[in-house]
Amino acid sequence: MIYADNAATTKMSEAAVHTMISVINENYGNPSSLYSIGQQAKETLEEARKTVAEAIGAEPREILFTSGGSEADNQAIRSMAEEGKKKGKTHIISSAFEHHAVLHTLEKLKKEGFEITLLDVHEDGLVRPEELEQAIREDTCLVTIMYANNEIGTIQPIREIGAVCRKHGIPFHTDAVQAVGHIPVDVNEDSIDLLSASAHKFHGPKGVGFLYARKGVRLTNLIEGGAQERGKRAGTENVPGIAAMATALKDAVANMDRNAALLTANRDRLIEGLTKIPHSALNGDAKRRLPGNVNFCFEGIEGESLLLLLDDKGIEASSGSACTSGSLDPSHVLLAIGRVHDVAHGSLRLSIGEDLSREDADYIIRSVSEVVEYLRSFSPIWRDLEVGKKEHIL
Amino acid sequence: MALYSEKVMEHFRNPRNVGVIEDANGIGEVGNAKCGDIMKMYLKIEDDVIQDVKFETFGCGSAIASSSMATELIKGKPVSEAEKLTNQAVAEALDGLPAYKMHCSVLAEEAIHAALEDYRSRQK
Ligand SMILES: Cc1ncc(COP(=O)(O)O)c(C=O)c1O
Repeated sequence: MIYADNAATTKMSEAAVHTMISVINENYGNPSSLYSIGQQAKETLEEARKTVAEAIGAEPREILFTSGGSEADNQAIRSMAEEGKKKGKTHIISSAFEHHAVLHTLEKLKKEGFEITLLDVHEDGLVRPEELEQAIREDTCLVTIMYANNEIGTIQPIREIGAVCRKHGIPFHTDAVQAVGHIPVDVNEDSIDLLSASAHKFHGPKGVGFLYARKGVRLTNLIEGGAQERGKRAGTENVPGIAAMATALKDAVANMDRNAALLTANRDRLIEGLTKIPHSALNGDAKRRLPGNVNFCFEGIEGESLLLLLDDKGIEASSGSACTSGSLDPSHVLLAIGRVHDVAHGSLRLSIGEDLSREDADYIIRSVSEVVEYLRSFSPIWRDLEVGKKEHIL
Repeated sequence: MALYSEKVMEHFRNPRNVGVIEDANGIGEVGNAKCGDIMKMYLKIEDDVIQDVKFETFGCGSAIASSSMATELIKGKPVSEAEKLTNQAVAEALDGLPAYKMHCSVLAEEAIHAALEDYRSRQK
């Protein structure tokens, strides 16, 4: 089996599993308790906070543990909206292809009276910092732009975006769920004020993540209750999950250069091989993308049937097809980069892992080529394209 | 838990009656405007009996399986019987479809009916 859906989630590293189990077994105290095993758990928690902070160039006190990326996104945006409202500022700038954790939160704020500007991400899947600067208004209270896109993997010019926000004195949040642990992230160099991350995207456990909030940024609670997390996130901490996240992140950062080199070589091999399929196109910029992300559209076929046949060949991947969304709409990300409905329907995302071999990459290329050819052999759209009744787009 | 029944997967992996009938005397093509799936049915009707049927489909696993099953259900049957084909019959023959995939069986029913309509209009 070749697992090529690491953008959806990753397998936990052995070290992270080990940490988790040992904390569950031997370090089960409540960090808020004053006796020894409580304090031992507290120590583990604070050790994890230090590790996580170091990984992104932050201070430990600027890290808030959450239940994952979605919660961190919600809290970051809600907090800045609340602060903005106090000052009469109700305009938020984001991009058209954010994760739904961001977009749905913004839609809700819109209903509450906020004005939302979604920046164009162009055909290459990249926000233009000049366009961000033009969109900034007197009443802008937040800019939230993802570090790297989860579907097409494009890495945004975060440093330039951060600099624009800093220049105008506007808080800058980035959903870095796909970036942290995979590419270098430094909240100071990138002028980031708030950042979301999730452990299960870097070989940590599911259901745990963190929010970075720069010192001085005022957070609003999503969950009220006890005084955990400096009073900003109630609930007894998920100590085993948090400790395992720290282990996974430490390893991911330590091995980042080596992993990125391996992944990039296989990514580019896959891109080169799949480009040879007639009437196909890579989605998103070829170079400014995550080391493990490959995303293609193939004309004349539908993505779900492609996934099912690849699964039969032992390859696990994902698609932005309408048929896989449950909503009958193709991926908003592919539509945002200008892919038409029919073409977006035939998309394939391969998010490869560090353990993928060159032979695996070649097997994927062969398998995808075969399946695409087979599905086209009885596709009425493909027939229309081939006989000239319809014009090829790709 | 599997996404689809064994029957759906079997028809998806080995679709029956795939292709084109060059001298078809009834052709129907329908699409779902929302999800974008497209089905095309070719019928060869002689003496009011469906002698042959073939399909082409652009769509997901359940769309391909529904097309395949629909062709099986009408092949060799009199036109009058084919006219009564319903999407429920297609879905049932496939041991059911997930609720959000029922529209694929509707598309199969519509494609067959469109092909029969084309046949009738050519007879006039
Ligand atoms: C870019 C992005 N943001 C947010 C999330 C949500 O993270 P979580 O699953 O930890 O809530 C994901 C993962 O699905 C993601 O890829």
